[in-house]
Order: sequence, then structure tokens, then C-alpha cells
Amino acid sequence: MELDTAIASSLSQSRVVIEQLMDAIGVSGFGEGELFGIKLSLEEAFANAIKHGNRFDPEKQVHIQARITPGHLEITVRDEGDGYCPDCVADPTAPCNLEHPGGRGLLLIRAYMDEVIHSDEGRSVRMIKTAATSTQ
Amino acid sequence: MELDNAKMQVAVEQGVTMVTLSDQKILDEINIARIGENLYALVRDAAAPMMVVDFATVANMSSSALGMLITLHKRIRETSGKLVLCNIQPAILEVFRITRLDEIFMICASRSEALEQF
Repeated sequence: MELDTAIASSLSQSRVVIEQLMDAIGVSGFGEGELFGIKLSLEEAFANAIKHGNRFDPEKQVHIQARITPGHLEITVRDEGDGYCPDCVADPTAPCNLEHPGGRGLLLIRAYMDEVIHSDEGRSVRMIKTAATSTQ
Repeated sequence: MELDNAKMQVAVEQGVTMVTLSDQKILDEINIARIGENLYALVRDAAAPMMVVDFATVANMSSSALGMLITLHKRIRETSGKLVLCNIQPAILEVFRITRLDEIFMICASRSEALEQF
């Protein structure tokens, strides 16, 4: 499956794309635990783009590029916001940050994906994962 | 008692407010806000509220939901109350471990074990 599309800064629209992606990923040889992590990563990436990147601006879009092949996925989510420095985000697992309500999305994406590559001054995040044991 | 379109069920057992979340997915921002408001309302006027949140039906949860639970935890602690989470499925328990939130929440395997903490 290959996808190259854009949606409005809307969580309901992102949900449709995530379901579309998960339909393809679900039959691409990933295990149940991996699918859980992939879905969570997609939710977090889209939420970051819409909430923190585009700040729900209806004039801005979220761009999605995806390539899903048996046992492998590469998905890029890009917003049109001001960008940010991903490496400057405070560590949410540091004792002083543990009780801060936000800031865990990127941590979870990095935990569940094999590779997470930021570009375009933080506006774009590319997520790469290979199935641990391909069933294809 | 059911609150807000059956997003949760609330009962009181041995003086402890037992909340059973009804949604399988706690991902949607609006849903999370609603669930949060319901939970905050349950502890708002209580002195030293005692609450168990049962996650048995929850299969997916986002970081926003974690943030909502942290806020609930703080509000309960501010009034010298106690919050215990239980029946968390292994995949979601892993999310708590990755974020190290298992270090600030009291997490029990079952409702009965959770009740024993009060």
C-alpha cells in the first residue's frame, strides 16, 4: 500500500486515515503487540501534528506519506506549524517531569518504532518499523 | 450509576468509589476530556476521596489519557485521598512502564486487590 495525501487539522479526519493505515498494516505481517504500538504511535504523531504543530488551524493541513509492504512500514506525518526541536523536549521520565500531564507522545513513538527521523525543523516525523517475525 | 453515555460505570464498595471505564479505546481528545470531567466531578467535593479505576475493557489508550489520569491523581492526593488503578491489560501496562508512570500510580491486578489497598 502506498499513500500520499493531506487532511485538515482535524482529529476526526486523522482517525479515518489511521484506520485506513491500520487496515493495511494489520494484514502486513505484524504481531498483535506490534500493532498496538504502531496504532499508538500513529495516534500520537497525528495528535502532535494537529494539536502542537498546526494548533488546530483550519487553514493548515497534515500531510501523510506511507509505504506499507509485507513486514515493513514507513510513514511520514508532516504539519505546517512553526516547527520545534525534538531533541530539546524535556524527558518526561525524569523524576521532576513525571507528574507533568503532557509531553509523552514522542517518547511512546520512539519506544514502539524502530526508527524515528525528524526533519523540516521538527514539522516532519518519519516512522519506520519492521515486523519482528513476519507471518507473510 | 452510569455517567455520560455509559463511558463509565460508578459504584461504591466499602466506601470506595469504583469506576469501571466502558470505552475500549481512550484515544479521542473529546472522549478523554469527558471522561476526565466525570472523574474530576466524582472527587471534587469529597474529603479524602478513595477511588479505584478499573481498566478491564480498555484496549487502547493515548498519552492524553495518561495526562488526564495524572491530573486526577494530583487532585485526589491534594485532598489526602487515594487512587488505585486495576485490571490494566498487559499492552497498556507496558505504556505505564515506558513512561515510568507505574512509579507514581498504585496499580493492582484485580478489583479485589485494589480494594484491599484502602
